[in-house]
Amino acid sequence: MRGASSAKWVAMAAVVALAATACGGDDDKDDKGGSSSGGGIVSASWTDPQKPIEPANVNEVQGGKVLDMIFTGLMEYDPKTAEAKPAMAESIETKDQQNFTIKVKKGWTFSNGEKVTAKSYVDAWNYGALIDNAQLSASFFQDIEGYADVHPEAEGAKAKAKTMSGLKLKDDYTFTVKLSKKFSTWPQHLGYKAFSPLPEAFFKEHDAWLKKPIGNGPYKVDSYKKGTGMKLSVNKTYAGEDKPVNKGVELKVYTDFNTAYNDVMAGNLDVIDDVPAGQLANVDSDMQGRYINQPAGIVQTITFPLYKKDSWGTKDAIKVRHGLSMAINREQITDKIFSKTRTPAKDYTSPVLKTGGYSEDICGEYCTYNPSKAKKLIEEGGGIPGGKMVLSSNVDTGSHKLWMDAVCNSINNVLGKKDACTVNPVGTFGDFRDQITKREMNGPFRAGWQMDYPLIDNFLTPLYKTKASSNDGEYSNKDFDKLLDQANAEPDTAKAIKLYQDAEKLLVKDMPSIPLWYQNGSAAYSDRVENVALNPFSVPVYQAISVK
Amino acid sequence: MPDLIEKTPSGAAAAAAPAAEKREKPRSLWGDAWGTLRRNPVFIISALLILLLVTVSAWPGLFTSTDPRACNLDQSKVGSTSGHPFGFDIQGCDVYARTIYGARASVTVGICVTVGVALLGGVLGGLAGYFGGWWDALLSRITDIFFGIPLLLGGLVFLSVIKGGSVWTVIAFMIALSWPQIARIARSSVITVKQQDYVQAAKALGASTTRIMLRHVLPNAIAPVIVVSTIALGTYISIEATLSYLGVGLKPPTISWGQDISSAAQQYRNAPHMLLWPAGALSLTVLSFIMLGDAVRDALDPKLR
Amino acid sequence: MGRYVIRRLLQMIPVFLGTTFIIFAMVYALGDPVAQMFGDRTPDPATVARMRHDLNLDKPLVTQYVLYMGNIFTGDFGEAFNGQKVTELMGEAFPTTLQLTLVAISLEIVLGIGLGLLSGLRRGKILDNVVLIGTLVVISIPVFVIGYLAQYFLAVKWNWVEPSVSADPTIDEMILPAFVLAGLSLAYVTRLTRTSIVENMRADYLRTAVAKGLPRRRVIGVHLLRNSLIPVVTFIGTDVGALMGGAIVTEGIFNIHGVGYQLLQGVVRRNSPTVVGFVTVLVLVFLLANLIVDLLYAVLDPRIRYA
Repeated sequence: MRGASSAKWVAMAAVVALAATACGGDDDKDDKGGSSSGGGIVSASWTDPQKPIEPANVNEVQGGKVLDMIFTGLMEYDPKTAEAKPAMAESIETKDQQNFTIKVKKGWTFSNGEKVTAKSYVDAWNYGALIDNAQLSASFFQDIEGYADVHPEAEGAKAKAKTMSGLKLKDDYTFTVKLSKKFSTWPQHLGYKAFSPLPEAFFKEHDAWLKKPIGNGPYKVDSYKKGTGMKLSVNKTYAGEDKPVNKGVELKVYTDFNTAYNDVMAGNLDVIDDVPAGQLANVDSDMQGRYINQPAGIVQTITFPLYKKDSWGTKDAIKVRHGLSMAINREQITDKIFSKTRTPAKDYTSPVLKTGGYSEDICGEYCTYNPSKAKKLIEEGGGIPGGKMVLSSNVDTGSHKLWMDAVCNSINNVLGKKDACTVNPVGTFGDFRDQITKREMNGPFRAGWQMDYPLIDNFLTPLYKTKASSNDGEYSNKDFDKLLDQANAEPDTAKAIKLYQDAEKLLVKDMPSIPLWYQNGSAAYSDRVENVALNPFSVPVYQAISVK
Repeated sequence: MPDLIEKTPSGAAAAAAPAAEKREKPRSLWGDAWGTLRRNPVFIISALLILLLVTVSAWPGLFTSTDPRACNLDQSKVGSTSGHPFGFDIQGCDVYARTIYGARASVTVGICVTVGVALLGGVLGGLAGYFGGWWDALLSRITDIFFGIPLLLGGLVFLSVIKGGSVWTVIAFMIALSWPQIARIARSSVITVKQQDYVQAAKALGASTTRIMLRHVLPNAIAPVIVVSTIALGTYISIEATLSYLGVGLKPPTISWGQDISSAAQQYRNAPHMLLWPAGALSLTVLSFIMLGDAVRDALDPKLR
Repeated sequence: MGRYVIRRLLQMIPVFLGTTFIIFAMVYALGDPVAQMFGDRTPDPATVARMRHDLNLDKPLVTQYVLYMGNIFTGDFGEAFNGQKVTELMGEAFPTTLQLTLVAISLEIVLGIGLGLLSGLRRGKILDNVVLIGTLVVISIPVFVIGYLAQYFLAVKWNWVEPSVSADPTIDEMILPAFVLAGLSLAYVTRLTRTSIVENMRADYLRTAVAKGLPRRRVIGVHLLRNSLIPVVTFIGTDVGALMGGAIVTEGIFNIHGVGYQLLQGVVRRNSPTVVGFVTVLVLVFLLANLIVDLLYAVLDPRIRYA
């Protein structure tokens, strides 16, 4: 029968189709990641970390959240004051700001029972620095002597050694660090999670470790399903002081933070640590006070391509840059666009460095809106190079298009021209970074800086020192570099900060970038939980969250 | 984009004119169609709307004296006030002025993509259908290749690569991924026409290939292409808005409904008027082109007469 | 017919290679995935070179493509940005999206054909016009607008449904997203059914059936509907592929970790194994769906023969 045989062929084709779609196979599903997780567990919003979770391979907030929960390093930053305090460090001593002796506290274990010793640190740091492991945060170890041998800079070069000569084990709980040059505030870097200790299991069963990381922090990983979420419970062997008051944390991956926000409102999620811009205007009434808006160590700037020697890099352009800075109405933009979740910038650092170098007086009139003087300065400097400028940023995150439009409108209104400043939204962050690193920018572009550690040095050296890793505008000033070197070698903290601030004043004078505003951390939470707070890195302090 | 019309033997619409018509002398398909269209209220309404839209796009200054780029942040999200009937958007720009000025980009995208797709798809599909055999296999498989790439995904990748956000790059991209739909329709239409007696007769009489194609096949096979194109035009405009939402559509200084809608979509709770007007204008445009397409389809379908 | 199927299957090979190559080349052209991993920091050349080498990025495009395709045939689709195997990712994403697609298609079938049938039978009446305008409005509003509004009003304001879909979604959670996703196709199916019904109502066989005195239910159900469904079924068949790959926006709004979302992530992170792997499977689905639709013709309509 004709019909029957046709049908048979259709069926066969359908089988092939099904086989093709199902070829990925179906994993047996975990227990259902139900809506609101009960029993003292806090559910929180998350997005997928971009790399596998390893201490020295995570350089963004989402992976950092996990590291914060499962690792405790030698130092920790106080969630309120941002001060670096010893955690696993018994003592860190130096006489010459270059050779440090580090004693590790006894009695700490990893969640698999292994002891945390000096070797756990030395091995972890050597692993992080070694070029063969291609870790994203390898450069955090660059101050240690011997870094150049394990991590040569040239493309294709092989490592000359497996370990850094500056790290030496003394006994089970003591090791010494020799830096390549004097650096008085170096121990304060050690709160950064790239300096976390690693258990033997990390090196022996690396794949298994990546699937379920093992650390020494307040929480331990119960299950990690990439792309979906992570479940963490309290680490019973945790020897630190800030023991969790809840029973665990469930991180849920969201495709869209607006959805996460709606889920908090619907009672399906407890904590969202990034309130989407569109909801800021109504967050107070939605959450009835369950909303946090506090300073975080993030500063947004507009950087100029000073490598364009005949436009933005000329001597006269300094006046134009000062004028542009004064043409931006920061108060109005942070109020109308960001509903006060940004604070107008008054220097190049961040208010979280309360006593560590933040100052309201550094930028002064150059960061204050003054339309008439702005126009005068820009005209004195010969006007905007080429008559028009294009302001660029990626627009895939962070409502950047909104403030760029507002900044351009502000500048255009001051100049009385309609198209002096136009906005160039770049679709993806990757594309945007490409244009920056290839030095293809013809006009100013957004530069956001989230601190790695709460030290003034971190807001200046990587961004503005000659040839520094994030000096994307290619600013170069010998006096500035010299002041930074002096500050690094200065053993007295107050004097060092003074030197850093002197350097910062040079930035204001040259204005290689315009400080726009300090970005706040914003979080909202459900009525199931209490004591929600953000640390200076705008990450929720999960240990302290209590469930009603 | 779904290719539905290809498989539809014919179409019908609510307002299709009844068959009772005086016929004094034989008229062409087009003459017939025009006769039907003239009396179709759907066609008249949609044609008037489109005329209005084209006028707005060509001379936006006639409809507003407010500058769409003159924005004052103090008026951010302020609703309707005197002199500014549609209120202000988040940047404090006049929503009415932006809606008027945004028409040009959207209408240009719609019309140019439609024409481009009809030409490219029509020619390639027509050739495949007419010559058959190897030509057909090759061209049809090329069609499949482009058909297989999801449109939004292609947009994300392609438009990020070429970095342009001008009207023309967006148009070029949309043509590149939309032509297969028309190519398939044109192909099947040409195959049907090719087998008709009058084409065979012309062949037997020794007419040249060019002559057969231009005089006999083209006029009789083009109707479905026109019909689908007019309907698809609306969806192209809507797709441009979605591309803007994904951050790869048109870029400033071009003002477009798509950009305004995508920035307004985040503010739907605080400033719904920001969303309402550009989205309403977009819907009206899409609606009028779809209605036009519907009316044309009815008029060109002999079975409904 | 067997030979026809085999010929079609063989013809799929070049199409398959062509599509994957275009996607591969496009993702390649997107640029280097390595530099952006370092965030705002300019990476040191040594680490970058090492990572590029590990990802085969230091080889020419064609070599990369050949290496990639070679791996695919051994079942190795590479790794996503976070170190997850792409096959694993597909094993999670495709069932989810398939679920969404099936709900969407069911909606198309039940609602689309139902409304189309009703408005076709009551041609020119009020119901017909209401459905007409309704479908046109759905076609004319961009999908993200519908998505956001539906989520806010239905889930947050009126609390009828949950705003997001959970990690292991059940069918009922998928209904709202499926509605948003299927909106456009639903409108098309409605219009298509209506057109087809109106046309077949004039057909001779239907007059015969009515004249024979068959009950109305049987006339509509067996004779009218069945014959009108051929073009509709065709459309729905080709729509499967479009829905599966086209849910980028809908999946993002409703927190569905499916194909569309993973594709978007792949593009944003420039991870060619993810993008190309997913598109490869999508292309296969699309090609086979096309083939099945063509073959269905022969089953549904005995006048069509394939040799």
